[in-house]
Amino acid sequence: MTPIISVQNLTRKFGDFVAVDHINFEVHKGEIVGYLGPNGSGKTTTIRMLLGLLKPSDGKATVLGYDVFKQSEDIRARVGYMSQKFAIYDDLTTLENLTFYGGVYGINDKARIAHTLELVGLKGHESTLTRDMSTGWRQRLSLGIALVHKPKLLFLDEPTSGVDPTARRAFWDLIYELAEGGVTILVTTHYMDEAEYCERVGVMREGKLLAMDTPTNLKRTVITGDVWEVFAHPLERGLEILSAMPGVERVGLAGDHLRVISQRVGKEALQNLLSRKKIRVEKIERGEPTLEDVFLALAR
Amino acid sequence: MTDTLVQATDLHKHFGNNRAVDGVSLHIKPGEIYGLVGSDGAGKTTTMRLLVGALLPNKGEIHVCGYDVLKQTELARSQIGYLSQRFSMYEDLSVLENIRFFAEVRGLSQTEWLPRSMEILEFVGLADFKDRRAGQLSGGMKQKLGLASALVTRPRLLLLDEPTTGVDPVTRQDFWQLVIKLVSMSPSPSGRGVRGEGVSVLISTPYMDEASRCHRVGFMKLGKIIAEDTPSNLRARLNGRVLELRGNPINTLRRIAHQDEDVEDVAAFGDKLHLRVKENAVKKVISRLTKQIKSQNAELIELRPVPPTLEDVFIALSDI
Repeated sequence: MTPIISVQNLTRKFGDFVAVDHINFEVHKGEIVGYLGPNGSGKTTTIRMLLGLLKPSDGKATVLGYDVFKQSEDIRARVGYMSQKFAIYDDLTTLENLTFYGGVYGINDKARIAHTLELVGLKGHESTLTRDMSTGWRQRLSLGIALVHKPKLLFLDEPTSGVDPTARRAFWDLIYELAEGGVTILVTTHYMDEAEYCERVGVMREGKLLAMDTPTNLKRTVITGDVWEVFAHPLERGLEILSAMPGVERVGLAGDHLRVISQRVGKEALQNLLSRKKIRVEKIERGEPTLEDVFLALAR
Repeated sequence: MTDTLVQATDLHKHFGNNRAVDGVSLHIKPGEIYGLVGSDGAGKTTTMRLLVGALLPNKGEIHVCGYDVLKQTELARSQIGYLSQRFSMYEDLSVLENIRFFAEVRGLSQTEWLPRSMEILEFVGLADFKDRRAGQLSGGMKQKLGLASALVTRPRLLLLDEPTTGVDPVTRQDFWQLVIKLVSMSPSPSGRGVRGEGVSVLISTPYMDEASRCHRVGFMKLGKIIAEDTPSNLRARLNGRVLELRGNPINTLRRIAHQDEDVEDVAAFGDKLHLRVKENAVKKVISRLTKQIKSQNAELIELRPVPPTLEDVFIALSDI
């Protein structure tokens, strides 16, 4: 099966600055892939190239089988794009907003628009003014706008920033339904909370794609050591001691405790060293690796 | 010296019909990092603005460092550093000139501002960049400059409104190390830098990975604090009630989990599912699901109890 997105050695330079540096990846039908990286890491530059809005300096890419160099019009007609910065007209209702944007894509079929509203869970709220809606609902409307022309591929740019876990969950349930229906989804984000929802996650830093795999595999392959949560007093002194401890790969302050990652050093060794140095140890618990640990380990 | 640095009681703030803050009480101890966690519109920023006296409450009382914010506003404010979401700096001024500006606005004298600014720049790691134009700084450095500006008056309460939006995990880690050092009671090992005795931090965020770094967390929803505790205690509320399920096809697993009478909630997280089960039902659920999955010819890779995340807890609380 041809991949929905195929990227080979894709590169973009701005003068001396290499914004995207020879990246390679594939995305297949119905997948939900996250593209995780801080602002300025090359995420948006990649998406702009995939949409044919920006010419690559080197490399190749196809989207839905079309060449991003030569067939960008074909691509743009078939993909949906949802961004935080997307303009929803505050003084229009949900239905009016969707009708307006449908018109931009040449969609005037009322049934299609009604169906899209239903799909994103806004049925019954057709006449609500968008300025009266919560962030979570506005995000659903933005998704509806991106979906009205039935795209096969959907680009989501930090789709659930600024909402609480309940609203984020409700939004992602919609995304999973779309993927089940065969829509392919690429999510760019710098939030770990959002990346955790993706089936595969690519980690971008300084223009390079450092890894791409399922969250579970990333945690397993990148964080090969154990994670320990050490509750001790005084915390800062504990941090110094454990940072200098042979065999400890990383120690970080995490609010009221220390997070230690190590392959060789176990709970007892940590306990013994700290006690010997007169640090009061309250408890040491096993922790779970996070995508943040993965990012920090890869960025090193 | 009281043992409460922030004492806010039954705060209410209405904008027309919108009850932005609807009966919030906050007690923050010296040296504490308190996280206000909730979505946009939950009332986090409004609460912060009430605390600095930038907004007047419709009802309620606020004391900061013993000063009544409503009556002794200036005295209370002199104890507070505030880093707002839209922190602005003068891009064509240098790092040091920016700090000087904030210092002078806050009434620091010529003799005071320079040594203090240098001490703070040293602390946040910007001393080597003091002559660089603010516009030339990276995102992480800008954020540190914001923090430095908020610290120049040596506040005892630091309010940080979603401070790490848009920065990468490495920078965020650095930022948090600074915040934690600031509140830590022990003097810095070099004997220099900013001594943080008794500084308290109130931080707002919609993200659970940030919340988990706070000493105490208040979950905010529709202007109310719906739960408040340490991250560990909050997680403990669901101890033994969260299962992680992995296998194929995930939609079949999801349907099977949904149908189980002891499963309260099924959440998809990429390549795995999180199930919240009724109390003392873990064993029953594991054996039933294992059988079900087999009988429907689906593949079970892993089904095991996992430590609950703050996200699991937030969602469980919202369901009630």
